[in-house]
Amino acid sequence: MKNAVFIYSPEQLGYKFSDSHPFNHKRLLLTMDLLKEINALSDTDIVPARVATDEEIALGHDQKYIEIVKKAGHGLLTPEQCENYGIGTEDTPIFPNMHEASALLVGSTLQAVDHVMQGKSRHALNLGGGLHHGFHGRASGFCIYNDSTVAIRYMQEKYNARVLYIDTDAHHGDGVQWAFYDDPNVCTLSIHETGRYLFPGTGNVTERGNGQGYGTSFNFPIDAFTEDESYLEIYEQAVREVFAYFKPDVVITQNGADAHYFDPLTHLHGTMKIYQEIPRLAHRLAHEYCDGKWIAVGGGGYDIWRVVPRAWSFIWTEMNDLSLPTGSLPKNWLEKWQPESPVPFIPTWEDPNPLYEPIPRKLEIEEKNAQMLKKALHMIRAEKR
Amino acid sequence: MMIIEEIMNRDVHSLSPSHTVKDAITIMREKKIRHLPIVDDTEKIVGIITSHDLKNIVPSTIKGEKHLTTYDTPLEQIMVKDPLIGHPLDFIEEVALTLYESKISCLPIVTGGKIVGIVTTTDLLYTYIELTGANKPSSKIDIRVIDKPGILSDITEIFKKHHANVLSVLVYPSTSQKDSKIISVRVQIINPLSIIEDLRKEGFDVLWPNLPGVDSI
Repeated sequence: MKNAVFIYSPEQLGYKFSDSHPFNHKRLLLTMDLLKEINALSDTDIVPARVATDEEIALGHDQKYIEIVKKAGHGLLTPEQCENYGIGTEDTPIFPNMHEASALLVGSTLQAVDHVMQGKSRHALNLGGGLHHGFHGRASGFCIYNDSTVAIRYMQEKYNARVLYIDTDAHHGDGVQWAFYDDPNVCTLSIHETGRYLFPGTGNVTERGNGQGYGTSFNFPIDAFTEDESYLEIYEQAVREVFAYFKPDVVITQNGADAHYFDPLTHLHGTMKIYQEIPRLAHRLAHEYCDGKWIAVGGGGYDIWRVVPRAWSFIWTEMNDLSLPTGSLPKNWLEKWQPESPVPFIPTWEDPNPLYEPIPRKLEIEEKNAQMLKKALHMIRAEKR
Repeated sequence: MMIIEEIMNRDVHSLSPSHTVKDAITIMREKKIRHLPIVDDTEKIVGIITSHDLKNIVPSTIKGEKHLTTYDTPLEQIMVKDPLIGHPLDFIEEVALTLYESKISCLPIVTGGKIVGIVTTTDLLYTYIELTGANKPSSKIDIRVIDKPGILSDITEIFKKHHANVLSVLVYPSTSQKDSKIISVRVQIINPLSIIEDLRKEGFDVLWPNLPGVDSI
């Protein structure tokens, strides 16, 4: 069996709001090119994306909303007419063929799911997915259709699977959480910057699920200015304990790369270090609990030049048991893309140390995060005793 | 503005003055409540008992033997008579002030001589959570402004220009600068950078986010 497949089609870049919009899937091209330059990715690893059918999208979305997205993308609606559906806004403007572009991203994640669940590969990566803010009948935070929500329902219906969803985007994975808030067979785990300032504002430790699903929703809101050590302490304990508690059949990870210090939209102070460690532990635990079944999708990440290509490459090298790339980035890649980048590249796989000025009150931030972790895991730990 | 009838608990559990301490303990335990209005035959409120009052009079269970007389005491003898009451049309802020200043934790709501509801500090706290929390996906932007007329309008003009839906606005005094106020806006947008840029262009002091220990509000 293949270790992993890489889902990609150039058409994935068609999910594009405008030239100046922060959500920019040129990231996919930059990452793929970087992986090819280090000979980590070959054409035989790449599986083309497919378009999700309306029925598949309807696993996670209202039919009426799907119709609105179609019409809007075909120029049949004004922004005012779409307002109640979250599109035509500054965040999520209307763009030509937006339904088709969004349906392709959903289909890409389903493609990844099918490869893993049918045993064609142990793992699968769709960096074009991870649009975790999409709601049942409404677009939100750059996300039109929620590929993870659709993919999880699809795994439940087609493969009768018990799914763990792990979201390390700097924003709370609200769309996926609310979709499965009552469902005891899907567990959602999100580590994100606290919603005190950052979008979407939810993701408090007290959001634990509802009814039958109580206890299968986990939130780890970390403070602004959180750095690597504290981030990883939270990540490792949270993920390990939730895996052991929920015992999933398959894990899907959302790998937003916007917890980095350089990210313009958030206030966390992560470095490349966290992006080396996140896939490593997910990989190990997928083997320990899920017979290796691991689907990884992309997500946020708004420094598409200095952060995302390096961060996302680590997911693919980890999936393929390749040694961690270190040292200089390939010269070809740097020379090819530097002219287009508005900022000078970091020329190495590692970030310079130190990357930023020391953070005042660092110890208190760490202490606060540790207290939060305790609260968030309290139920699991009490049950174990 | 919100009035008490919008948030009060209408499902009031009460007892009569002739009920006993034991009855009160039972109903508090069963209904998971801490406050018990005591009403007469006409549903007129004549007293109130809190779980705190009961704890003070019920003997310790550590000793083993139960003092039957304590448990059989009619509530009439131990209740707080003629408690403070509120009206369904009271403003929430007024009720909060009453609870705070009188150092009490609940207020029975009375109209037409009958008890129609009850409000506790927990209910008020929940109202506060709703006021300050994120009910819809949104970002929060704090802006420090000079305390003078017209500022709020200047700010909302910028949000309007960006077609950004404002979900809530709180205005409160700045603790560090006496002549300033903080305007805290919750706005339905994931990328507030262009709004922040425009606010700063107009000379507003955007505190987003506040680096702890470096810049205090």
